[in-house]
Amino acid sequence: MTAFLISICTSAIVYAVSILYASIGEVFSQRAGIMNLGLEGIMLMGAVSGFLSVYYTKHLAIGILVVILVGALLGLLFAFLTVTLQADQTVCGMAFLIFGSGLSGFIGKNVTGVASGVKFETIEIPLLSQIPILGDIFFKHDLFVYAMYLIIPLSMFYIYKTRPGLILRALGENPAALDTSGINVFALRYAYVMFGCAMTAISGACISLSYTNFWNEGMTGGKGWIAFSLVAFSRWNPGYAALGALLFGGISIVGINMQVYLPGVPSQFYGMLPYAATILALIITTGSFRKKHTEEPAALCQKYDRESR
Amino acid sequence: MKPFSIRLEKRQTVSLRKQILNPILFVLLGLVLSSIFIAAIGISPFAVYAKMVSYSFLNLRGINGSIEAALPLILCGLSVALAFQMNLNNIGAEGQYAMGAIFGGSFALFGPSMATPIQMILMFLLCAMGGAVWALIAGLLKAHWNVNETIVTLMLNYIALLFLDYLCYGPWMAPKQTTAISAAIPKNLYLPDIAATKTNSGILIALVIAIALTLFLHYTTAGYQIHVIQRSVKTAEYAGINVKRYIILVLALSGAIAGLAGFVQVTGVVHRVQAQLPGGSGYTGIVIAYLSRFHPLTVILVSILFGGLINSCAAVQIMGVPSQIATMIQGCIMIAVIAGEFFNHYQLTFPTKEREWEVNE
Repeated sequence: MTAFLISICTSAIVYAVSILYASIGEVFSQRAGIMNLGLEGIMLMGAVSGFLSVYYTKHLAIGILVVILVGALLGLLFAFLTVTLQADQTVCGMAFLIFGSGLSGFIGKNVTGVASGVKFETIEIPLLSQIPILGDIFFKHDLFVYAMYLIIPLSMFYIYKTRPGLILRALGENPAALDTSGINVFALRYAYVMFGCAMTAISGACISLSYTNFWNEGMTGGKGWIAFSLVAFSRWNPGYAALGALLFGGISIVGINMQVYLPGVPSQFYGMLPYAATILALIITTGSFRKKHTEEPAALCQKYDRESR
Repeated sequence: MKPFSIRLEKRQTVSLRKQILNPILFVLLGLVLSSIFIAAIGISPFAVYAKMVSYSFLNLRGINGSIEAALPLILCGLSVALAFQMNLNNIGAEGQYAMGAIFGGSFALFGPSMATPIQMILMFLLCAMGGAVWALIAGLLKAHWNVNETIVTLMLNYIALLFLDYLCYGPWMAPKQTTAISAAIPKNLYLPDIAATKTNSGILIALVIAIALTLFLHYTTAGYQIHVIQRSVKTAEYAGINVKRYIILVLALSGAIAGLAGFVQVTGVVHRVQAQLPGGSGYTGIVIAYLSRFHPLTVILVSILFGGLINSCAAVQIMGVPSQIATMIQGCIMIAVIAGEFFNHYQLTFPTKEREWEVNE
């Protein structure tokens, strides 16, 4: 029984990490006022570019570098469209979704289903992995997971405790005020969108280089949407996003295992839970029946145009 | 003063000629972009494009195929275009489409048999109702509690798709089948082809809806009030327009139209219910609506062009091009046209010294 529970917790962590990169990236992007709906497409691009470069060079470091570069480039394009050209963010996101899923399938056709031969191996942290139970759950993972242990507190510290973080929050609430105080709204939005897209691409690489270790068309299978829903679910807070990701991961893993014990409940119903939970969380935290200020960035999805200020 | 400078100026008006030329120019740019990727895998992009056009648009069979592939895109596009008239982002056409297929499909598969016309009309209404009910959830939440409709409609997509998945793998799965498809619907519910040209008559339904939508938006009081709300919610409220009611009404109507995509697809194309039936049409519909600037009749035209892309996939696959080429080209065109839209609002000017001197005077 203990072994079973440990395996569920471990799988939930691995699942959570694979969506958390995208979610935290999107938290930054949305906090800056830009909603990127194309997470799924960008994740696929990250997954395929990482896999292709590792497949041909057999170097994981090069793979990750390429992934970050591809993500940042896509982010640059997205920011160019939404910040400079002020295109509609919803439509841009959809276009990126279609572009990313199409292009990734197109360029990854030749390596579909083959093994790359190199993957991120599990590293057991000395001493810490010896702790009974906790060591098995938390400290027998690959680098993606350990990096995430650092990213969560760092990103929370950045958003809530530093001056750039304060500016970031203002960027999504009232960009005009920032502009008046001499801060370059456009450059900052570019930076955060590019950061968000790079993180999203890493999420994809996480799936193709560690989670499954092969490439297949559309292999993210809706994880981009889960990552997106997690942002609203977590009230734009990386810490809650981490908890939410564990919850969603737990639901999905338990859902797979429960098939054995409760064959009456079809697996699709477990799949629906994250989405239903997000709608509920969204109603509870942003519904106008609340008197309190909502965490939803006020300028989210609105183009910032100096001339129509 | 710099001797040479480029300036961006806001345009006040755009001539019709430019409005038409601009997207065409940027579609071509999108094709140039995608030809880079095609050339990268060692195939001549010109040969691919030529094959696509000749297969999809230069013969009657090809045109019929393109129209058939375009049907769900048209209805999803119209659905999104309607919601946008009130600045509502309905990105849930995908799920509303699935819900329409589920409501209509349950009637077609398990309902009592009646006279064909009645059965057809009931099926039509049920599909519309399925989509409307699904969109209504987001509509009510938006109207009463101001909950972000973009996120809610998106989440509802996946719930609907998973439900469809469950039905097609579970209770509805046809006997002796291994794939997730239901049994065929009764023959009398098949949408007949137009006799003379063998075109799928779903296009007539789409045309009627597009025309009705245009008339509704331009020639009725409700259409006018919707227009007022789009321009300014505050003005509308001041004028005594019930904005909440319109949010609910417009989203429900928008969902109903998306639900009808389920109707044409089930009765006119696949003749059964299957998992992953919408296959992304709802998302493509959003971009199509945008590319058509939310004009219902333009939606039809753009959808047929996109349908042609999808239709010609099989033909170019023989040349060794991966089947994802259609999605890839769609994506490139979309990004290019979205970028081009900017030049409908702004223009690049190259002020000469004299003009600046004039300004300084």
